[in-house]
Amino acid sequence: MAMLEVKDINVYYGAIHAIKGVSFEVNEGEIVTLIGANGAGKSTILKTVSGLLHSRTGSIAFQGENIAGMAPHKLVGKGLAQVPEGRAVFLRMTVEENLEMGAYTRPNSELAPHLDRVFEQFPRLKERRKQVAGTLSGGEQQMLAMGRALMSSPKLMMLDEPSMGLAPILVDQIFGIIQTLHQSGTTILLVEQNAQMALGVADRGYVLETGKLVSSGTGTELLKDESVKKAYLGG
Amino acid sequence: MNQRKAVLPMSARYLINAALCLALILGLKGLSASGLLSDYFTKILILVGINIILAVSLNVATGYLGQLPLGHAGFMAVGAYTGGIFLKSVNAAAMSGAPLVLTIAAAILLSGAVAALFGVIIGVPALRLKGDYLAIITLGFGEIIRVVITNIDSVLGFDFTYGASGLKRIPKFTGALNVFLCVVMTCLVIHMVMKSRHGRSILSIRENEIAAESCGVNTTFYKVMAFTMSAFFAGVAGCLYAGNLGSLQPGGFGFMKSIEILVMVVLGGMGSMLGSVVSATVLTILPEALRSFDRYRMVVYSAALILMMIFKPSGLFGDYDFSLSRILEKLGVGKKPAGKEDAR
Ligand SMILES: Nc1ncnc2c1ncn2[C@@H]1O[C@H](COP(=O)(O)OP(=O)(O)O)[C@@H](O)[C@H]1O
Ligand SMILES: [Mg+2]
Repeated sequence: MAMLEVKDINVYYGAIHAIKGVSFEVNEGEIVTLIGANGAGKSTILKTVSGLLHSRTGSIAFQGENIAGMAPHKLVGKGLAQVPEGRAVFLRMTVEENLEMGAYTRPNSELAPHLDRVFEQFPRLKERRKQVAGTLSGGEQQMLAMGRALMSSPKLMMLDEPSMGLAPILVDQIFGIIQTLHQSGTTILLVEQNAQMALGVADRGYVLETGKLVSSGTGTELLKDESVKKAYLGG
Repeated sequence: MNQRKAVLPMSARYLINAALCLALILGLKGLSASGLLSDYFTKILILVGINIILAVSLNVATGYLGQLPLGHAGFMAVGAYTGGIFLKSVNAAAMSGAPLVLTIAAAILLSGAVAALFGVIIGVPALRLKGDYLAIITLGFGEIIRVVITNIDSVLGFDFTYGASGLKRIPKFTGALNVFLCVVMTCLVIHMVMKSRHGRSILSIRENEIAAESCGVNTTFYKVMAFTMSAFFAGVAGCLYAGNLGSLQPGGFGFMKSIEILVMVVLGGMGSMLGSVVSATVLTILPEALRSFDRYRMVVYSAALILMMIFKPSGLFGDYDFSLSRILEKLGVGKKPAGKEDAR
């Protein structure tokens, strides 16, 4: 049984049919990536899985439990964490307070060990723990958003375009962290426009075009696929 | 959740706060007993207190939650009429078996509760939607309440709000002392809620609603909770207002009153309780001190707001708040933890 099993979801924004019958799955221990151009529907899919949007059809199962229609704040407690698009951090809270918010659903006794683990993963955040998040650079804010999601010790972490708007060197760093997280046992669903990087780290990938999945395969297969090369890897 | 190391133990800080309040109460009593506190001055103190409660409570919804309610006077009206009608009927029924203090406390709590109920009724539909619907809906609510009060003078043959002619002969129970107690209770309750896990949840929604939700915060619940708390204390202020004037006119709770309270919060600094207290005090005393200038009050308000927006958009105090332990720390009472803060 897959950890996350999305079957035939159809999502609308009013009259706009944004996601048209998409199905995919993420197995335990995998990094799975959903790639697609701007506006393909990647964020819409993630928001539907995390309960911010609802599908009219189909089902979404997390560890065998149907989570479609469940309120987003309940999913965190079940082990499903989301790093929203665009570095959604609490700007006027300190780094440490941001991370504490990540452990919102956990008992207070777990706070210290989780904080230690995140600081180990992100030494930069430790240096800036008393600093207000609004004064961090873009890359640091992205790390903070990831660290915050880690604080809930998720079984599945969903990342929405973590490389967006970052300098190439920071993109490398972020992907390095994603691989480290994966090695330490977190299952990852990664949504990206940067197909080259995403397919490089992913076990499997799905290609999304205007709300429909057009192909899928292992990371290496997709990297070699002619149509993917044309559309996303610059020939 | 707050990891900030307390310089003084919690109990010591509560003791100091309680002692300060007691000193103020005794001071007030002494002043009024010695006749130094004129009736006029007492009246102004009462007005200041009521406005502080209004501003501090509105600050919960605007400063802490980040919404823009435009009908705070509506909740005040609900509280005022609830308290007024309750006290009148208790008086009429001559149920003076209960001690007066209890009756007053009951009136104040009931006023708050009814206002809070309205808060829930308006908050649930308005706050479930993402976006700025609350401003419009509360704006409508404030006006509707006023019109309703004006028009339902009696219900099933019983006199109710007395409509446009006004609710008269309400027992005038409001004095400097009970207003002061209500101010202290309001600030204390709001302060404690905001320092708790619930407060952190409310602030996280203001900072980033999607991120709050993805951390597991039940955003709808906390939005409604903060809004309801804001309405509750507006109701309390309304009850004190009714007991101060002894008569109520629906016209006193219009849109301008809501704006007046909002101006206090914005000038003081959204999200700063200290700011709300100071600016409510100044904006109440100023027109009294300069009587002739009263008719220009709205002009001065607008001018002050515009100047503030230009020169200090975050208000007088930004979101800075008064902290007793911080001051004690500066004075050197209670040693700061040695070296860098909590070494983990
Ligand atoms: N709030 C919205 N209202 C209407 N349409 C939207 C909304 N959000 C996204 N869309 C549309 O849905 C489609 C998918 O958007 P999105 O999931 O954000 O794409 P991606 O994340 O892949 O860039 C786009 O065509 C976009 O215009
Ligand atoms: Mg997107």
